[in-house]
Amino acid sequence: MTAYLKLDHIDKSFARGGQVSEVLKDIRLTIDKGEFVSIIGHSGCGKSTLLNLIAGLTKVTAGAVLLEDKEVDSPGPERAVVFQNHSLLPWLTVYENINLAVSKVFGRTRSRAERHDWIMRNLDLVQMAHARDKRPAEISGGMKQRVGIARALAMEPKILLLDEPFGALDALTRAHLQDAVMDIHSRLGSTTITITHDVDEAVLLSDRIVMMTNGPAATIGEVLPVPLVRPRRRIELSSDRTFLRCREAVLKFLYERHRLVEAAE
Amino acid sequence: MSIQAIEDTKVKAFPTPAKPAEVIAFTARVRRRFDPGAIAGKLASTLVPPAIVIIVMLVIWQIACSSPNASLPAPSQVWNEAYDLIAHPFFDYGPQDIGLAWRVLISLQRVAIGFGLAAIVGVALGALVGQSIWAMRGLDPVFQILRTVPPLAWLPLSLAAFRDSSPSAIFVIFITSIWPVIINTAVGVRNIPEDYRNVSRILRLNQLEFFVKIMVPAAAPYIFTGLRIGIGLSWLAIVAAEMLTGGVGIGFFIWDAWNSSRLPDIIVALAYIGVTGFCLDRLVAAVGAFVTRSTTAK
Repeated sequence: MTAYLKLDHIDKSFARGGQVSEVLKDIRLTIDKGEFVSIIGHSGCGKSTLLNLIAGLTKVTAGAVLLEDKEVDSPGPERAVVFQNHSLLPWLTVYENINLAVSKVFGRTRSRAERHDWIMRNLDLVQMAHARDKRPAEISGGMKQRVGIARALAMEPKILLLDEPFGALDALTRAHLQDAVMDIHSRLGSTTITITHDVDEAVLLSDRIVMMTNGPAATIGEVLPVPLVRPRRRIELSSDRTFLRCREAVLKFLYERHRLVEAAE
Repeated sequence: MSIQAIEDTKVKAFPTPAKPAEVIAFTARVRRRFDPGAIAGKLASTLVPPAIVIIVMLVIWQIACSSPNASLPAPSQVWNEAYDLIAHPFFDYGPQDIGLAWRVLISLQRVAIGFGLAAIVGVALGALVGQSIWAMRGLDPVFQILRTVPPLAWLPLSLAAFRDSSPSAIFVIFITSIWPVIINTAVGVRNIPEDYRNVSRILRLNQLEFFVKIMVPAAAPYIFTGLRIGIGLSWLAIVAAEMLTGGVGIGFFIWDAWNSSRLPDIIVALAYIGVTGFCLDRLVAAVGAFVTRSTTAK
Protein backbone atom coordinates (compact mmCIF):
# COMPACT_ATOMS: atom_id res chain seq x y z
CA MET A 1 0.00 0.00 0.00
CA THR A 2 1.31 3.43 -0.87
CA ALA A 3 1.19 6.23 1.64
CA TYR A 4 -1.62 8.78 1.70
CA LEU A 5 0.75 11.70 2.00
CA LYS A 6 4.41 11.32 1.14
CA LEU A 7 7.15 13.86 1.66
CA ASP A 8 9.82 12.59 -0.68
CA HIS A 9 13.36 13.86 -0.01
CA ILE A 10 12.34 17.48 0.32
CA ASP A 11 14.92 20.27 0.38
CA LYS A 12 13.98 23.87 0.80
CA SER A 13 16.26 26.86 0.58
CA PHE A 14 15.57 30.55 0.29
CA ALA A 15 17.69 32.78 -1.90
CA ARG A 16 17.97 36.36 -0.83
CA GLY A 17 20.39 38.76 -2.48
CA GLY A 18 22.77 36.10 -3.71
CA GLN A 19 22.84 34.39 -0.33
CA VAL A 20 21.22 31.01 -0.21
CA SER A 21 20.01 29.83 3.18
CA GLU A 22 19.13 26.21 3.50
CA VAL A 23 16.09 25.76 5.72
CA LEU A 24 15.04 22.15 5.30
CA LYS A 25 17.14 19.26 4.13
CA ASP A 26 16.16 15.76 3.13
CA ILE A 27 12.73 15.59 4.73
CA ARG A 28 11.28 12.11 4.37
CA LEU A 29 7.94 11.23 5.90
CA THR A 30 4.86 9.23 5.06
CA ILE A 31 1.50 9.78 6.68
CA ASP A 32 -1.43 7.38 6.55
CA LYS A 33 -5.03 8.30 5.99
CA GLY A 34 -6.75 9.37 9.21
CA GLU A 35 -3.51 9.77 11.08
CA PHE A 36 -2.91 12.66 13.46
CA VAL A 37 0.68 13.86 13.26
CA SER A 38 2.34 16.66 15.22
CA ILE A 39 5.48 18.43 14.12
CA ILE A 40 7.48 19.80 17.01
CA GLY A 41 10.74 21.67 17.16
CA HIS A 42 12.38 24.84 18.40
CA SER A 43 11.38 28.11 16.84
CA GLY A 44 13.18 28.81 13.59
CA CYS A 45 13.60 25.15 12.72
CA GLY A 46 11.38 25.40 9.68
CA LYS A 47 8.21 23.79 11.02
CA SER A 48 6.02 26.44 9.45
CA THR A 49 7.97 26.25 6.21
CA LEU A 50 7.33 22.51 6.13
CA LEU A 51 3.60 23.05 6.64
CA ASN A 52 3.56 25.70 3.91
CA LEU A 53 5.25 23.23 1.58
CA ILE A 54 2.55 20.65 2.24
CA ALA A 55 -0.11 23.34 1.80
CA GLY A 56 1.56 24.35 -1.47
CA LEU A 57 1.91 27.95 -0.35
CA THR A 58 5.66 27.69 -0.90
CA LYS A 59 7.36 25.58 -3.51
CA VAL A 60 9.93 22.90 -2.72
CA THR A 61 13.50 23.41 -3.92
CA ALA A 62 14.04 19.70 -4.46
CA GLY A 63 11.98 16.58 -3.84
CA ALA A 64 8.22 16.39 -3.91
CA VAL A 65 5.05 16.40 -1.82
CA LEU A 66 2.80 13.57 -2.97
CA LEU A 67 -0.84 13.35 -1.94
CA GLU A 68 -2.41 10.08 -3.07
CA ASP A 69 0.53 9.68 -5.44
CA LYS A 70 -0.14 13.02 -7.11
CA GLU A 71 2.40 15.80 -6.78
CA VAL A 72 1.16 19.00 -5.17
CA ASP A 73 2.87 22.25 -6.06
CA SER A 74 0.11 24.81 -5.58
CA PRO A 75 -2.34 25.51 -2.76
CA GLY A 76 -5.86 24.11 -2.86
CA PRO A 77 -8.89 23.46 -0.69
CA GLU A 78 -8.11 19.73 -0.34
CA ARG A 79 -5.26 20.81 1.95
CA ALA A 80 -7.02 23.29 4.22
CA VAL A 81 -4.93 25.37 6.61
CA VAL A 82 -5.93 26.75 10.00
CA PHE A 83 -3.64 29.72 10.54
CA GLN A 84 -2.15 30.71 13.85
CA ASN A 85 -3.87 34.08 13.89
CA HIS A 86 -7.18 32.68 12.55
CA SER A 87 -7.05 35.00 9.49
CA LEU A 88 -10.79 35.35 9.27
CA LEU A 89 -11.84 38.23 7.08
CA PRO A 90 -12.92 40.98 9.49
CA TRP A 91 -15.53 42.50 7.20
CA LEU A 92 -17.48 39.24 6.93
CA THR A 93 -19.59 37.59 9.61
CA VAL A 94 -18.74 34.14 10.93
CA TYR A 95 -21.30 32.63 8.56
CA GLU A 96 -20.06 34.64 5.58
CA ASN A 97 -16.47 33.68 6.27
CA ILE A 98 -17.34 30.01 5.99
CA ASN A 99 -19.70 30.68 3.12
CA LEU A 100 -16.82 32.22 1.15
CA ALA A 101 -15.03 28.88 1.33
CA VAL A 102 -18.11 26.70 0.86
CA SER A 103 -19.50 28.60 -2.12
CA LYS A 104 -16.09 28.51 -3.80
CA VAL A 105 -15.49 24.81 -3.20
CA PHE A 106 -19.05 23.50 -3.58
CA GLY A 107 -20.64 26.33 -5.61
CA ARG A 108 -21.18 24.10 -8.63
CA THR A 109 -21.85 20.75 -7.01
CA ARG A 110 -24.31 21.63 -4.23
CA SER A 111 -27.52 23.63 -4.12
CA ARG A 112 -27.88 26.76 -2.04
CA ALA A 113 -29.88 24.91 0.62
CA GLU A 114 -27.33 22.11 0.78
CA ARG A 115 -24.53 24.64 1.17
CA HIS A 116 -26.41 26.38 3.97
CA ASP A 117 -26.92 23.08 5.79
CA TRP A 118 -23.25 22.26 5.32
CA ILE A 119 -22.14 25.59 6.79
CA MET A 120 -24.44 25.15 9.79
CA ARG A 121 -23.25 21.57 10.30
CA ASN A 122 -19.64 22.74 10.46
CA LEU A 123 -20.53 25.59 12.79
CA ASP A 124 -22.31 23.10 15.03
CA LEU A 125 -19.25 20.88 14.96
CA VAL A 126 -17.15 23.61 16.57
CA GLN A 127 -20.10 24.80 18.70
CA MET A 128 -20.20 28.20 17.10
CA ALA A 129 -23.65 28.18 15.49
CA HIS A 130 -24.84 30.73 18.03
CA ALA A 131 -22.38 33.31 16.73
CA ARG A 132 -23.11 32.92 13.04
CA ASP A 133 -24.00 36.58 12.53
CA LYS A 134 -21.16 38.03 14.59
CA ARG A 135 -18.09 39.57 13.05
CA PRO A 136 -14.64 38.29 14.06
CA ALA A 137 -13.98 41.44 16.09
CA GLU A 138 -16.97 40.64 18.29
CA ILE A 139 -15.88 37.16 19.38
CA SER A 140 -12.99 35.94 21.54
CA GLY A 141 -9.69 34.56 20.30
CA GLY A 142 -10.68 30.98 21.05
CA MET A 143 -13.97 31.43 19.21
CA LYS A 144 -12.17 32.88 16.20
CA GLN A 145 -9.92 29.85 16.10
CA ARG A 146 -12.99 27.57 16.27
CA VAL A 147 -14.44 29.39 13.29
CA GLY A 148 -11.09 29.06 11.53
CA ILE A 149 -11.23 25.31 12.10
CA ALA A 150 -14.85 25.20 10.88
CA ARG A 151 -13.85 27.07 7.73
CA ALA A 152 -11.05 24.59 7.06
CA LEU A 153 -13.29 21.57 7.76
CA ALA A 154 -16.03 23.01 5.54
CA MET A 155 -13.70 22.65 2.55
CA GLU A 156 -13.87 18.90 3.15
CA PRO A 157 -10.10 18.65 2.95
CA LYS A 158 -8.13 15.47 2.43
CA ILE A 159 -5.64 16.83 4.90
CA LEU A 160 -6.19 19.36 7.64
CA LEU A 161 -3.12 21.48 8.35
CA LEU A 162 -2.96 23.34 11.64
CA ASP A 163 -0.24 25.98 11.95
CA GLU A 164 0.27 26.46 15.69
CA PRO A 165 -3.48 26.91 15.98
CA PHE A 166 -3.55 27.39 19.73
CA GLY A 167 -0.33 29.35 20.10
CA ALA A 168 -2.02 32.68 20.75
CA LEU A 169 -4.57 31.37 23.24
CA ASP A 170 -4.57 31.19 27.01
CA ALA A 171 -4.05 27.78 28.64
CA LEU A 172 -7.71 27.09 29.51
CA THR A 173 -9.05 28.06 26.11
CA ARG A 174 -6.29 26.01 24.56
CA ALA A 175 -7.33 22.92 26.51
CA HIS A 176 -10.94 23.37 25.36
CA LEU A 177 -9.86 23.64 21.75
CA GLN A 178 -7.57 20.64 22.01
CA ASP A 179 -10.54 18.62 23.21
CA ALA A 180 -12.62 19.98 20.37
CA VAL A 181 -9.95 19.02 17.83
CA MET A 182 -9.66 15.50 19.30
CA ASP A 183 -13.43 15.15 19.20
CA ILE A 184 -13.62 16.28 15.58
CA HIS A 185 -10.75 14.00 14.61
CA SER A 186 -12.48 11.00 16.17
CA ARG A 187 -15.77 11.83 14.46
CA LEU A 188 -14.49 12.65 10.99
CA GLY A 189 -11.27 10.68 10.94
CA SER A 190 -9.60 13.55 9.13
CA THR A 191 -5.92 13.23 8.38
CA THR A 192 -4.37 16.03 10.41
CA ILE A 193 -0.95 17.60 10.66
CA THR A 194 -0.43 20.13 13.38
CA ILE A 195 2.54 22.28 14.23
CA THR A 196 3.20 22.95 17.86
CA HIS A 197 5.90 23.85 20.32
CA ASP A 198 3.93 22.52 23.25
CA VAL A 199 5.12 19.06 24.31
CA ASP A 200 1.96 18.13 26.24
CA GLU A 201 -0.20 19.16 23.33
CA ALA A 202 1.83 17.06 20.91
CA VAL A 203 1.59 13.93 23.09
CA LEU A 204 -2.08 14.45 23.87
CA LEU A 205 -3.23 14.89 20.30
CA SER A 206 -0.96 12.83 18.10
CA ASP A 207 -0.61 9.33 16.80
CA ARG A 208 2.96 10.20 15.92
CA ILE A 209 5.21 13.09 16.85
CA VAL A 210 7.72 14.30 14.29
CA MET A 211 10.65 15.96 16.00
CA MET A 212 12.73 18.40 14.01
CA THR A 213 16.40 19.16 14.50
CA ASN A 214 17.55 22.75 14.67
CA GLY A 215 18.24 24.76 11.56
CA PRO A 216 19.89 25.70 9.32
CA ALA A 217 19.24 22.69 7.12
CA ALA A 218 16.86 21.21 9.66
CA THR A 219 15.57 17.72 9.15
CA ILE A 220 13.46 15.15 10.91
CA GLY A 221 15.45 13.99 13.92
CA GLU A 222 13.11 11.35 15.22
CA VAL A 223 9.53 10.13 14.86
CA LEU A 224 7.87 9.04 18.07
CA PRO A 225 4.71 6.90 17.97
CA VAL A 226 2.25 7.64 20.77
CA PRO A 227 0.54 4.32 21.56
CA LEU A 228 -2.24 5.76 23.69
CA VAL A 229 -5.79 4.55 23.13
CA ARG A 230 -8.45 6.97 22.06
CA PRO A 231 -10.53 8.67 23.30
CA ARG A 232 -7.89 10.30 25.46
CA ARG A 233 -8.77 12.26 28.56
CA ARG A 234 -6.26 14.78 29.79
CA ILE A 235 -6.89 14.17 33.49
CA GLU A 236 -6.36 10.40 33.27
CA LEU A 237 -3.34 10.88 31.06
CA SER A 238 -1.57 13.16 33.49
CA SER A 239 -0.52 10.10 35.48
CA ASP A 240 -0.46 7.57 32.63
CA ARG A 241 2.90 5.80 32.25
CA THR A 242 2.85 5.78 28.45
CA PHE A 243 1.95 9.45 28.36
CA LEU A 244 4.76 10.34 30.73
CA ARG A 245 7.25 8.19 28.83
CA CYS A 246 6.37 9.87 25.51
CA ARG A 247 6.49 13.27 27.12
CA GLU A 248 9.92 12.54 28.54
CA ALA A 249 11.17 11.31 25.19
CA VAL A 250 10.12 14.53 23.46
CA LEU A 251 11.55 16.67 26.24
CA LYS A 252 14.86 14.82 26.07
CA PHE A 253 15.00 15.25 22.33
CA LEU A 254 14.28 18.97 22.53
CA TYR A 255 16.32 19.95 25.56
CA GLU A 256 19.18 17.45 25.72
CA ARG A 257 20.10 16.35 22.25
CA HIS A 258 18.86 19.30 20.23
CA ARG A 259 19.02 22.16 22.64
CA LEU A 260 18.60 25.48 20.89
CA VAL A 261 22.00 27.10 21.35
CA GLU A 262 20.93 30.68 20.66
CA ALA A 263 18.15 30.46 23.23
CA ALA A 264 20.51 29.15 25.89
CA GLU A 265 23.11 31.84 25.48
CA MET B 1 -18.66 54.80 78.89
CA SER B 2 -20.00 51.43 79.60
CA ILE B 3 -21.67 49.12 77.21
CA GLN B 4 -25.17 48.42 78.17
CA ALA B 5 -26.13 44.83 78.33
CA ILE B 6 -28.87 43.99 75.91
CA GLU B 7 -31.86 42.58 77.52
CA ASP B 8 -32.55 39.01 76.61
CA THR B 9 -36.07 39.66 75.59
CA LYS B 10 -35.03 42.08 72.93
CA VAL B 11 -32.73 39.68 71.14
CA LYS B 12 -34.21 37.37 68.60
CA ALA B 13 -32.09 34.79 66.87
CA PHE B 14 -33.90 35.11 63.61
CA PRO B 15 -35.90 38.27 63.41
CA THR B 16 -39.02 37.53 61.43
CA PRO B 17 -40.85 40.40 59.89
CA ALA B 18 -44.47 40.90 60.89
CA LYS B 19 -45.58 40.84 57.32
CA PRO B 20 -43.84 39.58 54.20
CA ALA B 21 -41.69 42.17 52.55
CA GLU B 22 -43.27 43.97 49.71
CA VAL B 23 -41.55 43.16 46.45
CA ILE B 24 -40.63 46.29 44.63
CA ALA B 25 -39.86 45.68 41.02
CA PHE B 26 -36.50 47.08 40.14
CA THR B 27 -37.09 49.63 37.50
CA ALA B 28 -33.97 50.73 35.74
CA ARG B 29 -34.14 54.41 35.02
CA VAL B 30 -35.03 54.44 31.36
CA ARG B 31 -32.47 56.48 29.57
CA ARG B 32 -34.30 58.89 27.44
CA ARG B 33 -33.31 58.66 23.85
CA PHE B 34 -34.13 62.23 23.16
CA ASP B 35 -32.73 64.53 25.77
CA PRO B 36 -33.24 68.13 24.60
CA GLY B 37 -31.03 69.55 27.31
CA ALA B 38 -28.01 67.40 26.46
CA ILE B 39 -28.41 67.92 22.72
CA ALA B 40 -28.72 71.68 23.15
CA GLY B 41 -25.61 71.71 25.31
CA LYS B 42 -23.65 69.70 22.76
CA LEU B 43 -24.81 71.89 19.90
CA ALA B 44 -23.87 75.01 21.82
CA SER B 45 -20.39 73.72 22.59
CA THR B 46 -19.74 72.96 18.89
CA LEU B 47 -21.47 75.98 17.39
CA VAL B 48 -20.72 78.83 19.76
CA PRO B 49 -16.91 78.96 19.40
CA PRO B 50 -16.88 79.11 15.58
CA ALA B 51 -19.75 81.62 15.65
CA ILE B 52 -17.74 83.90 17.92
CA VAL B 53 -14.68 83.60 15.66
CA ILE B 54 -16.74 84.41 12.57
CA ILE B 55 -18.31 87.46 14.24
CA VAL B 56 -14.91 88.73 15.35
CA MET B 57 -13.53 88.26 11.83
CA LEU B 58 -16.48 90.08 10.30
CA VAL B 59 -16.00 92.98 12.71
CA ILE B 60 -12.28 93.25 11.91
CA TRP B 61 -13.02 93.01 8.22
CA GLN B 62 -15.73 95.70 8.52
CA ILE B 63 -13.34 98.06 10.32
CA ALA B 64 -10.47 97.38 7.92
CA CYS B 65 -12.54 97.99 4.77
CA SER B 66 -14.77 100.79 5.97
CA SER B 67 -12.60 103.65 4.74
CA PRO B 68 -13.93 105.22 1.51
CA ASN B 69 -10.82 104.37 -0.53
CA ALA B 70 -10.63 100.72 0.59
CA SER B 71 -9.92 98.37 -2.33
CA LEU B 72 -12.16 95.53 -1.10
CA PRO B 73 -15.81 95.69 -0.05
CA ALA B 74 -16.75 95.54 3.63
CA PRO B 75 -19.24 92.89 4.88
CA SER B 76 -22.06 95.44 5.07
CA GLN B 77 -21.46 96.38 1.45
CA VAL B 78 -21.44 92.71 0.43
CA TRP B 79 -24.74 92.21 2.22
CA ASN B 80 -26.34 95.22 0.53
CA GLU B 81 -25.07 94.75 -2.99
CA ALA B 82 -25.24 90.99 -3.25
CA TYR B 83 -28.42 90.55 -1.24
CA ASP B 84 -30.20 88.88 -4.18
CA LEU B 85 -27.52 86.20 -4.42
CA ILE B 86 -27.54 85.51 -0.70
CA ALA B 87 -31.29 85.47 -0.20
CA HIS B 88 -32.38 83.70 -3.38
CA PRO B 89 -29.99 80.88 -4.25
CA PHE B 90 -32.49 79.25 -6.63
CA PHE B 91 -33.67 82.13 -8.84
CA ASP B 92 -33.72 81.51 -12.57
CA TYR B 93 -33.99 84.51 -14.90
CA GLY B 94 -32.72 82.97 -18.08
CA PRO B 95 -29.81 80.89 -19.35
CA GLN B 96 -26.97 83.03 -17.96
CA ASP B 97 -28.71 84.63 -14.99
CA ILE B 98 -29.34 81.93 -12.41
CA GLY B 99 -28.95 81.58 -8.65
CA LEU B 100 -25.68 80.46 -7.07
CA ALA B 101 -27.16 77.17 -5.87
CA TRP B 102 -27.90 76.22 -9.48
CA ARG B 103 -24.36 77.13 -10.47
CA VAL B 104 -22.95 75.03 -7.65
CA LEU B 105 -25.12 72.11 -8.77
CA ILE B 106 -23.89 72.41 -12.34
CA SER B 107 -20.29 72.45 -11.11
CA LEU B 108 -21.03 69.50 -8.85
CA GLN B 109 -22.31 67.59 -11.85
CA ARG B 110 -18.96 68.13 -13.59
CA VAL B 111 -17.13 67.06 -10.45
CA ALA B 112 -19.33 63.99 -10.16
CA ILE B 113 -18.39 62.84 -13.66
CA GLY B 114 -14.70 63.72 -13.43
CA PHE B 115 -14.24 62.41 -9.91
CA GLY B 116 -16.35 59.34 -10.57
CA LEU B 117 -14.08 58.40 -13.47
CA ALA B 118 -11.01 59.17 -11.36
CA ALA B 119 -12.33 56.91 -8.58
CA ILE B 120 -12.94 53.97 -10.92
CA VAL B 121 -9.71 54.29 -12.91
CA GLY B 122 -7.73 55.23 -9.79
CA VAL B 123 -8.79 52.17 -7.81
CA ALA B 124 -8.10 49.90 -10.79
CA LEU B 125 -4.65 51.40 -11.44
CA GLY B 126 -3.87 51.49 -7.73
CA ALA B 127 -4.75 47.80 -7.45
CA LEU B 128 -2.41 47.04 -10.35
CA VAL B 129 0.44 49.05 -8.86
CA GLY B 130 -0.14 47.53 -5.43
CA GLN B 131 -0.31 43.98 -6.76
CA SER B 132 2.53 43.86 -9.22
CA ILE B 133 6.05 44.79 -8.29
CA TRP B 134 6.89 45.51 -11.93
CA ALA B 135 3.87 47.73 -12.46
CA MET B 136 4.95 49.63 -9.39
CA ARG B 137 8.53 50.04 -10.56
CA GLY B 138 7.35 51.23 -13.94
CA LEU B 139 4.39 53.38 -13.05
CA ASP B 140 5.15 54.80 -9.64
CA PRO B 141 7.86 57.29 -10.73
CA VAL B 142 5.60 58.51 -13.52
CA PHE B 143 2.74 59.00 -11.07
CA GLN B 144 4.94 60.78 -8.58
CA ILE B 145 5.98 63.32 -11.23
CA LEU B 146 2.58 63.81 -12.83
CA ARG B 147 0.77 64.29 -9.55
CA THR B 148 2.71 67.48 -8.83
CA VAL B 149 1.49 69.16 -12.04
CA PRO B 150 -1.02 71.88 -11.07
CA PRO B 151 -4.58 71.48 -12.43
CA LEU B 152 -4.43 74.56 -14.61
CA ALA B 153 -1.33 73.34 -16.41
CA TRP B 154 -3.36 70.47 -17.87
CA LEU B 155 -5.99 72.78 -19.30
CA PRO B 156 -4.33 73.96 -22.55
CA LEU B 157 -3.41 70.38 -23.44
CA SER B 158 -6.87 69.04 -22.74
CA LEU B 159 -8.48 71.91 -24.68
CA ALA B 160 -6.24 71.05 -27.61
CA ALA B 161 -7.02 67.34 -27.30
CA PHE B 162 -10.79 67.50 -26.78
CA ARG B 163 -11.52 70.73 -28.76
CA ASP B 164 -14.42 71.42 -26.45
CA SER B 165 -14.61 73.10 -23.08
CA SER B 166 -16.92 70.71 -21.25
CA PRO B 167 -14.87 67.49 -21.62
CA SER B 168 -11.72 69.52 -21.00
CA ALA B 169 -13.02 70.71 -17.66
CA ILE B 170 -14.00 67.16 -16.73
CA PHE B 171 -10.59 65.88 -17.81
CA VAL B 172 -8.84 68.47 -15.65
CA ILE B 173 -10.90 67.34 -12.65
CA PHE B 174 -10.14 63.73 -13.47
CA ILE B 175 -6.40 64.21 -13.83
CA THR B 176 -6.19 66.31 -10.67
CA SER B 177 -8.04 63.98 -8.39
CA ILE B 178 -6.83 60.60 -9.64
CA TRP B 179 -3.33 60.61 -8.08
CA PRO B 180 -4.21 60.35 -4.40
CA VAL B 181 -6.73 57.62 -5.28
CA ILE B 182 -4.08 55.60 -7.14
CA ILE B 183 -1.37 56.07 -4.53
CA ASN B 184 -3.56 55.32 -1.51
CA THR B 185 -5.15 52.31 -3.15
CA ALA B 186 -1.70 50.98 -4.00
CA VAL B 187 -0.54 51.38 -0.40
CA GLY B 188 -3.72 49.71 0.84
CA VAL B 189 -3.29 46.77 -1.52
CA ARG B 190 0.35 46.38 -0.59
CA ASN B 191 -0.64 46.26 3.07
CA ILE B 192 -3.15 43.42 2.68
CA PRO B 193 -2.03 40.85 5.28
CA GLU B 194 -0.26 37.85 3.80
CA ASP B 195 -2.77 35.59 5.55
CA TYR B 196 -5.67 36.96 3.53
CA ARG B 197 -3.70 36.24 0.37
CA ASN B 198 -2.99 32.71 1.60
CA VAL B 199 -6.67 32.17 2.33
CA SER B 200 -7.53 33.22 -1.21
CA ARG B 201 -4.80 30.98 -2.63
CA ILE B 202 -6.03 27.95 -0.71
CA LEU B 203 -9.57 28.65 -1.91
CA ARG B 204 -8.18 29.17 -5.43
CA LEU B 205 -10.02 32.45 -5.88
CA ASN B 206 -9.50 33.84 -9.36
CA GLN B 207 -8.24 37.37 -10.00
CA LEU B 208 -11.70 38.91 -10.14
CA GLU B 209 -12.93 37.12 -7.02
CA PHE B 210 -9.79 38.14 -5.17
CA PHE B 211 -10.25 41.76 -6.27
CA VAL B 212 -13.92 41.96 -5.25
CA LYS B 213 -13.93 39.74 -2.15
CA ILE B 214 -10.55 40.38 -0.58
CA MET B 215 -8.66 43.28 -2.09
CA VAL B 216 -11.31 46.00 -2.16
CA PRO B 217 -12.69 45.35 1.34
CA ALA B 218 -9.21 44.94 2.82
CA ALA B 219 -7.92 48.13 1.24
CA ALA B 220 -11.15 50.09 1.78
CA PRO B 221 -9.85 52.33 4.57
CA TYR B 222 -6.91 53.39 2.39
CA ILE B 223 -9.10 53.75 -0.69
CA PHE B 224 -11.46 56.09 1.13
CA THR B 225 -8.58 58.21 2.39
CA GLY B 226 -7.52 58.61 -1.23
CA LEU B 227 -11.06 59.38 -2.34
CA ARG B 228 -11.40 62.01 0.36
CA ILE B 229 -8.22 63.79 -0.71
CA GLY B 230 -9.28 63.35 -4.33
CA ILE B 231 -12.67 64.97 -3.93
CA GLY B 232 -11.05 67.95 -2.23
CA LEU B 233 -8.61 68.34 -5.12
CA SER B 234 -11.32 67.97 -7.73
CA TRP B 235 -13.33 70.74 -6.11
CA LEU B 236 -10.20 72.91 -6.20
CA ALA B 237 -9.80 72.10 -9.88
CA ILE B 238 -13.41 72.80 -10.92
CA VAL B 239 -13.12 76.50 -10.18
CA ALA B 240 -9.86 76.81 -12.09
CA ALA B 241 -11.20 74.81 -15.02
CA GLU B 242 -14.46 76.74 -15.30
CA MET B 243 -12.73 80.10 -15.12
CA LEU B 244 -11.21 79.39 -18.50
CA THR B 245 -13.74 77.15 -20.18
CA GLY B 246 -16.81 79.26 -19.45
CA GLY B 247 -20.30 77.90 -19.02
CA VAL B 248 -22.59 78.45 -16.09
CA GLY B 249 -20.70 76.87 -13.19
CA ILE B 250 -19.65 78.57 -10.00
CA GLY B 251 -16.06 78.95 -11.21
CA PHE B 252 -17.08 80.83 -14.32
CA PHE B 253 -19.36 83.02 -12.21
CA ILE B 254 -16.33 84.29 -10.26
CA TRP B 255 -14.43 85.03 -13.45
CA ASP B 256 -17.48 86.79 -14.88
CA ALA B 257 -17.98 88.84 -11.70
CA TRP B 258 -14.35 89.91 -11.76
CA ASN B 259 -14.67 91.04 -15.38
CA SER B 260 -17.66 93.17 -14.49
CA SER B 261 -16.14 94.36 -11.19
CA ARG B 262 -18.76 92.84 -8.90
CA LEU B 263 -16.49 92.13 -5.96
CA PRO B 264 -19.30 91.46 -3.43
CA ASP B 265 -20.62 88.69 -5.73
CA ILE B 266 -17.21 87.05 -5.70
CA ILE B 267 -17.15 87.02 -1.92
CA VAL B 268 -20.59 85.38 -1.75
CA ALA B 269 -19.46 82.81 -4.35
CA LEU B 270 -16.36 82.05 -2.25
CA ALA B 271 -18.57 81.30 0.72
CA TYR B 272 -20.67 78.94 -1.42
CA ILE B 273 -17.59 77.14 -2.69
CA GLY B 274 -16.13 76.78 0.77
CA VAL B 275 -19.31 75.38 2.27
CA THR B 276 -19.84 73.00 -0.65
CA GLY B 277 -16.25 71.75 -0.47
CA PHE B 278 -16.67 71.17 3.25
CA CYS B 279 -19.89 69.22 2.66
CA LEU B 280 -18.25 67.09 -0.06
CA ASP B 281 -15.37 66.23 2.24
CA ARG B 282 -17.72 65.27 5.06
CA LEU B 283 -19.91 63.27 2.70
CA VAL B 284 -17.01 61.11 1.48
CA ALA B 285 -15.72 60.75 5.03
CA ALA B 286 -19.17 59.63 6.22
CA VAL B 287 -19.55 57.12 3.37
CA GLY B 288 -16.06 55.83 4.13
CA ALA B 289 -16.79 55.48 7.83
CA PHE B 290 -20.00 53.60 7.02
CA VAL B 291 -18.46 51.26 4.47
CA THR B 292 -15.32 50.46 6.46
CA ARG B 293 -17.03 50.21 9.86
CA SER B 294 -16.25 46.52 10.10
CA THR B 295 -12.89 46.48 8.34
CA THR B 296 -11.08 48.85 10.64
CA ALA B 297 -12.00 47.00 13.83
CA LYS B 298 -9.71 44.02 14.02
